[in-house]
Amino acid sequence: MEENILINEKIVDDVAVKLLQLAVTELPRDVKEALQRAYREEESEAGKTQLKAILDNMELAEKTRTPMCQDTGVIIFYVKAGAQAKGLDKIGYALRSATRRATKEVPLRPNAVDPFTQKNTGDNTGRFVPFIHWEIVPGDSVEITVMPKGGGSENVCVLGMISPGQGVKGLKKFVVDTVINAGAKPCPPNILGVAVGGGADIAMKLAKAALLRPLDEPNPNPDLAKLEKELYEAANSTGIGPMGLGGKITVLGVKVEYAHRHPASYPVAVAFQCWAARRASARISSDGKVEYLTHKVT
Amino acid sequence: MATYKLKTPISEEDTRKLKVNDIIYITGTIITARDAAHRRALEFHREKKKLPVNLQGLAVFHCGPIVKKENDKWIVVAAGPTTSTRMDLFEDEFIKNFKIRVVIGKGGMGKKTTKAMKQYGAVYGAFTGGAAVLAAKAIKNVKSVEWYDLGMPEALWVLEVEEFGPLTVAIDAHGNNLFEDVQKKVEESRQKIYQKLGV
Ligand code: SF4
Repeated sequence: MEENILINEKIVDDVAVKLLQLAVTELPRDVKEALQRAYREEESEAGKTQLKAILDNMELAEKTRTPMCQDTGVIIFYVKAGAQAKGLDKIGYALRSATRRATKEVPLRPNAVDPFTQKNTGDNTGRFVPFIHWEIVPGDSVEITVMPKGGGSENVCVLGMISPGQGVKGLKKFVVDTVINAGAKPCPPNILGVAVGGGADIAMKLAKAALLRPLDEPNPNPDLAKLEKELYEAANSTGIGPMGLGGKITVLGVKVEYAHRHPASYPVAVAFQCWAARRASARISSDGKVEYLTHKVT
Repeated sequence: MATYKLKTPISEEDTRKLKVNDIIYITGTIITARDAAHRRALEFHREKKKLPVNLQGLAVFHCGPIVKKENDKWIVVAAGPTTSTRMDLFEDEFIKNFKIRVVIGKGGMGKKTTKAMKQYGAVYGAFTGGAAVLAAKAIKNVKSVEWYDLGMPEALWVLEVEEFGPLTVAIDAHGNNLFEDVQKKVEESRQKIYQKLGV
């Protein structure tokens, strides 16, 4: 199939720049709706004021095509690569160059700093940045998701290696304590990704990836859907409220993931996403057709 | 809860009538200052040097803005608040020496600052974290930039604003601190949540 033009560097580059621009200027529909509902349901005056400001800011960002928050985050890509797609080796390069271009064009705040010299590269690329998570899937299309991840919510992500004897009870307590410790810091209302099992690295990876599941999609596993609801209600009983000024909406949703664990370990990871829960996805088909999955593109 | 529109220079009387949970909008002049600008301003004061701007009655905004220059004119692109607790080190002296009336930021401030606000008549206005476009929209003009050698985010930007807000009064000039109240309530709710979850 010589005419298979799928993984043309230019297409990937253009799509990735577009995804970055969409992600930082416009929230996906499910997040918008969750924030609107939060505004309707919040009872505290201070909380309502914060949510109104968030909604106004969101609309203004969308209208003026400006980043909704000054922290446009560290750039993370999730790529589902069809095993039959050609030119997969070009994707990594294209995503890096797209990140550089988007930094100038959107613009994004340069957020890649050398941890030893403290030097900012100035273009959002660096060692392992942007980070690319790969998954090989059947088929010949490629799906790219970008998650620009803000620092404020990242700084309160935690991993606990709790005692297996405490089990699910320990997990619940850990999540509640984590939310209370985080308080106003991650710009609530937040979305929580909670993952248990796997091992230290796997738990955190799953917790963060869980943040990509739309808010209106409950867990397909009914037991986990129940746990998500329970944790959601618990977090929203803390009273932290929007921006920590008090209120009933502290989280917009909780997403649970799991992996089987070692008999002696019970890793629990909690990943925070802020109200600026930015993500955007697109699928590139083998004929070069591009379909945007999270945003309307005209 | 009441809404107030304040114009700079703001008087002590103006701030004394505010209570936690009130909403304020500011029109006039505000300055941005993070750690470095706070430190330098206090150094100037100690050495009896004159500050480049008279801060009396103004608001200080904890913010490292993104600013671009177009045709020789500065334009603020994004200006969300940064976490205020880092400035707890300096803010009481800052309020005392320069008579600023409003401190704007996110996340709230501690006991030392709360005390100084009570003593000298200033308030803390919480601005929504991340709401950078909303903030930029209220900034009408960059009057000047001082201490640019500190870097763009750390410099002291003198900004002309129109109805900058909404700011929720989270620390008032009577010793009330909304963030501390919320924290106390959250602590009380912790045990109830444990019970409900059976942990
Ligand atoms: S936590 Fe999110 S909303 Fe808050 S400043 Fe960081 S990126 Fe922006």
